[in-house]
Amino acid sequence: MNITRLLTATTALVATATIAGAESHVEMANEMTIVSWGGAYQESQRKAYVEPYLEANPEVTVTWDESSAEAVAKLRAQNEAGNVTWDLVDAVASDAMRLCDEGLAMEVDHDELLAEAPDGTAASDDFGDLIVSDCFIPQIVYSTTVGYRTDNAEWEGRTPEDICAIFDLEQFPGQRSLEKRPIGNMEWALLCDGVAKDEIYDVLETEEGQDRAFAKLDTIKDSVIWWSAGADTPQLLADGEVVMGSTYNGRLFSLIAEQGQPVEMLWDAQVFDLDGWVIPEGLDEPTLNRVKDFLHFATDTQRLADQSKYIAYGPARQSSAPMVDKHAELGIEMAPHMPTDPANSENTFLYNYEWWADYRDDLDAKFQAWLAQ
Amino acid sequence: MAQGSSTEAFVEFERVQKSYDGEKLVVKDLNLSLPKGEFLTMLGPSGSGKTTCLMMLAGFETATHGEIRLDGKSINNIPPHKRGIGMVFQNYALFPHMTVGENLSFPLEVRKLGKSEREQKITRALDMVQMGEFKNRRPTQLSGGQQQRIALARALVFEPELVLMDEPLGALDKQLRETLQFEITELAHRLGITVVYVTHDQTEALTMSDRVAVFDDGRIQQLAPPDELYEKPQNSFVAQFIGENNTLEGVVEKIDATSCLVRLDDGEVIDALPVNVSKVGERTRVSIRPERVESNLERLHPDAHTLPATVQEFIYMGDTFRTRLKVAGRDDFIMKTRNAPDQPRLKPGEQIRIGWLAEDCRALDA
Amino acid sequence: MTHSATTPPEQPMAALPGGEVTEGPMLAADGTPLKASLKRALRREKLRALLLISPLLIFILVAFVGPIADMLFRSVENQIVSETLPRTVAALRAEDTPEGEVPDEEVFAQLYTDLVIAEEYKIHTRLGSRLNYEMTGVSSLFRSTGRDVGRFDTDIYTDQFVEAAPALEDPANWVAWMEEEAVREALPLTADAWDEWVTLTVEENEDDPLEEDVPDFVFTTLYRDLTAGATPPDAFPDVDVSGFETVSIKALFEDSDEDWMDPQLWQLIETYSPEYTDGYFLNAVDMMNGPDGEAQFRPDDQRIYLKLFWRTMWMSMVITFSCILLGYPIAYLLSTLPLRSANVLMILVLLPFWTSLLVRTSAWKVLLQQQGVINDTLVWLGLVDNFNRLQLINNITGTVIAMTHILLPFMILPLYSVMKTIPPSYVRAAKSMGANDWTAFWRVWFPLSVPGIGAGSILVFILSIGYYITPEIVGGTEGVFISNRIAYHISSSLNWGLAAALGSILLALVLVLYWLYDRIVGIDNVKLGG
Repeated sequence: MNITRLLTATTALVATATIAGAESHVEMANEMTIVSWGGAYQESQRKAYVEPYLEANPEVTVTWDESSAEAVAKLRAQNEAGNVTWDLVDAVASDAMRLCDEGLAMEVDHDELLAEAPDGTAASDDFGDLIVSDCFIPQIVYSTTVGYRTDNAEWEGRTPEDICAIFDLEQFPGQRSLEKRPIGNMEWALLCDGVAKDEIYDVLETEEGQDRAFAKLDTIKDSVIWWSAGADTPQLLADGEVVMGSTYNGRLFSLIAEQGQPVEMLWDAQVFDLDGWVIPEGLDEPTLNRVKDFLHFATDTQRLADQSKYIAYGPARQSSAPMVDKHAELGIEMAPHMPTDPANSENTFLYNYEWWADYRDDLDAKFQAWLAQ
Repeated sequence: MAQGSSTEAFVEFERVQKSYDGEKLVVKDLNLSLPKGEFLTMLGPSGSGKTTCLMMLAGFETATHGEIRLDGKSINNIPPHKRGIGMVFQNYALFPHMTVGENLSFPLEVRKLGKSEREQKITRALDMVQMGEFKNRRPTQLSGGQQQRIALARALVFEPELVLMDEPLGALDKQLRETLQFEITELAHRLGITVVYVTHDQTEALTMSDRVAVFDDGRIQQLAPPDELYEKPQNSFVAQFIGENNTLEGVVEKIDATSCLVRLDDGEVIDALPVNVSKVGERTRVSIRPERVESNLERLHPDAHTLPATVQEFIYMGDTFRTRLKVAGRDDFIMKTRNAPDQPRLKPGEQIRIGWLAEDCRALDA
Repeated sequence: MTHSATTPPEQPMAALPGGEVTEGPMLAADGTPLKASLKRALRREKLRALLLISPLLIFILVAFVGPIADMLFRSVENQIVSETLPRTVAALRAEDTPEGEVPDEEVFAQLYTDLVIAEEYKIHTRLGSRLNYEMTGVSSLFRSTGRDVGRFDTDIYTDQFVEAAPALEDPANWVAWMEEEAVREALPLTADAWDEWVTLTVEENEDDPLEEDVPDFVFTTLYRDLTAGATPPDAFPDVDVSGFETVSIKALFEDSDEDWMDPQLWQLIETYSPEYTDGYFLNAVDMMNGPDGEAQFRPDDQRIYLKLFWRTMWMSMVITFSCILLGYPIAYLLSTLPLRSANVLMILVLLPFWTSLLVRTSAWKVLLQQQGVINDTLVWLGLVDNFNRLQLINNITGTVIAMTHILLPFMILPLYSVMKTIPPSYVRAAKSMGANDWTAFWRVWFPLSVPGIGAGSILVFILSIGYYITPEIVGGTEGVFISNRIAYHISSSLNWGLAAALGSILLALVLVLYWLYDRIVGIDNVKLGG
C-alpha cells in the first residue's frame, strides 16, 4: 500500500468533509422511516411526539415499519445486503445492546444529542442508569408482571400477595401462562426458592443455581401455558384458559381498564425493562441530521410525559415523572398504573442486561431442552 | 316356463325399459331372447340404447322395468360379480399394475382356485389367443391388438357361458380388426359360448354374427341374420343403416300381394315389392341397393318400368364401376356395376335409362 | 401383398435417388457434413428454448439456488475469528501452546494489537457474541476488555520513546520512515501496526493521520521489534531500549478480566480459528467440540435438536397419515360424483386455501382450547367432566389437528386428479370377473390410486416438515418443530450459522427421504394427474 498517496488523498477528503459538514448543519432529509412495534404502543408514539413533530415540520414525511420484534435480525440482514432502509429503530434494551455489539447501531453522546431537563439537569443524569448501552436512547420503562383473575371459585377468596403465588398450586390452583424464554422466569424461580434478590445472578451463574431454578419451575411445569406473543396472556386470561399469567403491564392495563375484565395486577417482583431508540449505523448525513433533530424533540421531558397519556408505561426521564397526567381518552389518572409508581414498585427487578448477554445462549439451550423433556 | 320357446332361450329380455332421468326412456319395451351358443350383435348408432342393454345384462345398470333372465333365472337382483358373465371392454380394461398372467389369474383367484389349476387355465387361455409367451409382460408393453387378445383371454379364462363384448375392436386399425373379427367368431363357435356383441360398425356386425339386432331410438328395429338384414330390411331405418342404399320417395299407385307400383314425386312410375305399405295412396320410401340397379335394360323383364337418368360421375374402382346418377330430381343415386367387358364406361352428361327387378326394390315406410 | 413383390428389391441401399453412391460421412445438401449441420440446427433450437425459460431460470437461481448455497456456506463459514484477530491466530499457531495452558506474552501482545484495532472498527463485540455461542461469558469478556484496551498502560513505551527520540512523536517523520523498504524490513511488526493504523484513521475515522498522535500500540510493537534485536537503518532514530521500564501485556489483560487466563478460552479461540468450522453442524446434532478438540455430545440438559428433528419427522408422518385417512374418502367421492356436484364439493375442499393461514390457525385455538367450543360441547353433552376438560391444544394433538386441516387440500388434490384418471371400466371388469365390491376396490382401484397417495404424501410431508407458524401458535412446548428453532436462531438469538446448519440438515433429510421414497415406491409412481 502506498501510504503517502493514501495520506494526501485523505487530507483533501477531510478538508472537503469539514466544509460540507459546516454547510450540512442545516441540510436535513425530509423522509424518515421509523421502526416500531405497531399497535397501541406505536399509536402512543404517534400521538405524543410524531404528530406534534410533523406539525412543526410539515415538510417531513414519516414512514412506519412495524418490525421492531425482528429489529435485530432484519437490521443485520439489511446491513449484510448493504442496503439499510431504516432511519430510526425502536427496540428493547437487550436488542439495543446486541445491535451495539454487532456494530449495527450508532453510538451516541447522550448529552450532546438530547435535550436537558427543564431544571437544566444533563440528559445523561436525567435518564441515569437507564442508559444501558452507548447506542440506546431510553423512552419508557415497562414491566413484565403478573395478572390474575379475581373470580376463581377454587381459590376460595384468597388473593395472591406476592410473586410466589405463581409457584403455589395448592393455594392458587389452575393454569398459568409464562413467557417461553428463560429471562425473568429463572429470576422469579430463584426468588421464590429463597434466594435473596441481590444474589440471584450470582446464584444463576452456577450450574447448581440453574438446576435449582429449573427444579422450581418443574413444580408447575404441567400447569403452564408458554406464551411468545404479548397478546397471548391477556387473551388467555379473558377466555378463562389461565387463572394467572405474566405479560407486559400495558397489556394488563388495557385488559382491566379498557375491557373491564375481572383481572387484577400483582406488581410484586415486576421485572423492569426498557424500550428506546437506536440509530442504525451508516446513515447519510442529511438523514442523520433529521433523525437527531427528531430525537431531540421526541425525548424531551414533556414529550415523554405526554406519551403516558396514551399508554401505561413509565417515562424514562426522572423529570417526566411529576408531569404524568390522566389517560387521554379514559380520563383515568395514569400515575397509579405506572410500573414506576411508588406503590407498585416496592419490590422490583431490573434485568441484568450484561449478564444475560453472556448467559442467554447457554441458558436458552438449557431452557429449551428442559421444556422438551 | 311352460312354454317351449322360453326353456330354450338362454338369455332373455322381457319388456325391459330403462330410464336414467325419469323422463326419457333410453330403452323402450325391449324383448329379446337368444339360445345357447348364439353370436348376437347389437348394432346401432350411438345413443340407440344398445350399450345400455349390454350393461343391464352385465348388471352394471338396473332395468327400470321388466325382467332379464339368464338360463331361465331372473338376474335382476343378482349383483354383477355373481352373474358369471365374461366381459370384454372397448378400452380393454386390462389392469395396468398387473402382468398379463396376473390379469388372467384375477378371476380365478376370486373364485379361489388352486395355484396349479390356475396356471393350467391361464396357459390354456393364453395359447387360445396365441399369446402364451407374453405372460410376464405388463399390458402397457403390448400393442393394441395384443392387449385385446389378452382381454379376450381374460374374459374366457374362467369359462363363462355368456360373454359380452362392448365394441372391443373399436380402437384398432382396419386390418387388425378384420383379423380379430375372424378369430373371435372362430373362438366363440369352437368353445360354444354365447356372445352378445355391441358395435356400431355394420360390416363387423354382418361378418361376425349369427343374428343382428339393429337398435334405434331405444327399440330393436329388426332382428335377423345378416343376409336377411341386408337384403330384406324391414323398414327404411334398417335399409339406410345397413349397407349402401338408394332411396326414392313417392305414393303407392297400385298394390297386390307380391308387387306394387309407386309414382315418384316427379311423375315417373316404378315397380316395387310392398313391404311396409298396404294401400293405394300411401306415401312410401323405396329402397334399392346400388348393385341391383340395371342399366342394360335387356336383362330386365320387357314390361318393367324404367327411369331416365343423367350420368353425373363415373368412378373406376377396379373390380367395379361406380356411377353417380341424377334420377327423379336427386343427384345422389348410385349404380354399382361389375367390371365386365360388355359393361359400358359411361361419361358424365350421358343420358341413359335404368331399371330393376320389382323384388329388389322395397317399398318401405315413409 | 402381391403388389409389393413386383417392386424389384435388387436396388442397392446406398444408392441415393440421385444415383450417386456416397462414402464416408453423410453430407447435407450444401456439402457440409450432415452431423455438423444437424448440430447447428439443434443448437439454435436449444438456444431458443434456453431463452424462453431464462426468466424462470434466473428467478430460480436468484431466489432459490442462491439462498440455498448461501445457507450451506453460512453453516460452515467461520472467518470471523481469523479476520478479527489475524495476528493472534497466527501467533497461536506458531507458538503451539501446550494443551491446558495459557499462551505467553507474545500471543497477548498480538492480541493487544488485534483488539485495539478491532475495537476501533467496533467488531470485537461481534466476535464476542460469536464465541459466546460456544462458551458462556465470552461476550462480556470482549465487551469489557474492548473498553479497557484503549487505556492499557502501554503508554509508558510511548513516553520513553518520545523522551529518548522526540522525532518519534511526529507522524510526518513516521510517514517518511515507513516509505523506506529497509526500515520496514527491519521493523516488521511496527510497519504492520503502522499501516493498519493509517488505514483505520483514514478509512474508518476519516481523519488525517498527520494530525493525530501516533498511538501507543505502534510504540509497543516498536519496542517489541527492538527488543527482538532489530537494527533499523540510520535514518530511523537509534534508541536503546534495554533500560526501558516494561509492562507485561498479559498482566494487563489479566487485570482487565481474569477470564483471559482461562485455558479453555484459548482452546476455544484455537478451535475456531480456521476459516471453516464444523461447530455449527455439531451443535445442530447436540454435539460440540470438546476441550480436547474432539467432537462429543453436549451435556444432557442441553440436548434438544436431535429430539426436535425426530419429533418433526414422526409428527409429519402422523400428519401425512391423517391426511391420507381423511382425504382418501373425500377424493374418492369427488372422483365418482357427477361433475357438477364434484365441483361444489371441490370448492368446499379448496375453501381453506382462500383463508389466511393465521386466521385458520387462530380459529383452531378458539375451537380447541379448554374453554373452547369443542370442550364446551363435550361438557354440555356430559361426555367430559367440567373439571377435566380435554387438553386439545398447546400440545401435539393441537398441532396434528390444525396441520392436518391446513394440509388436507394438498393431499386431496393429487389424489383426486389421479383417481379421476382411473377408468370406471377397471372396476367393472373386476366385478365381471367375479370380484365383489371390496376385492374390486382393494385389488384394482386402490393400487391404481397409490401414485396419488404417493404424490400427496410427499407434498404433505415435505410441507409439514418445514412448517412454522401453526406449531408456533398451537404447539405449546411439545408440539413445536425444528423450524421453530430455526426461526428462533434467525430472529432472536442471531445464531445464523446454527440456523443454517439446522436448515441444511433438514434439507438433507428431505433429500434422503425423497431418495428412499424413490427406491421403495419409485418416483415414476408419483402422479399429480393425467
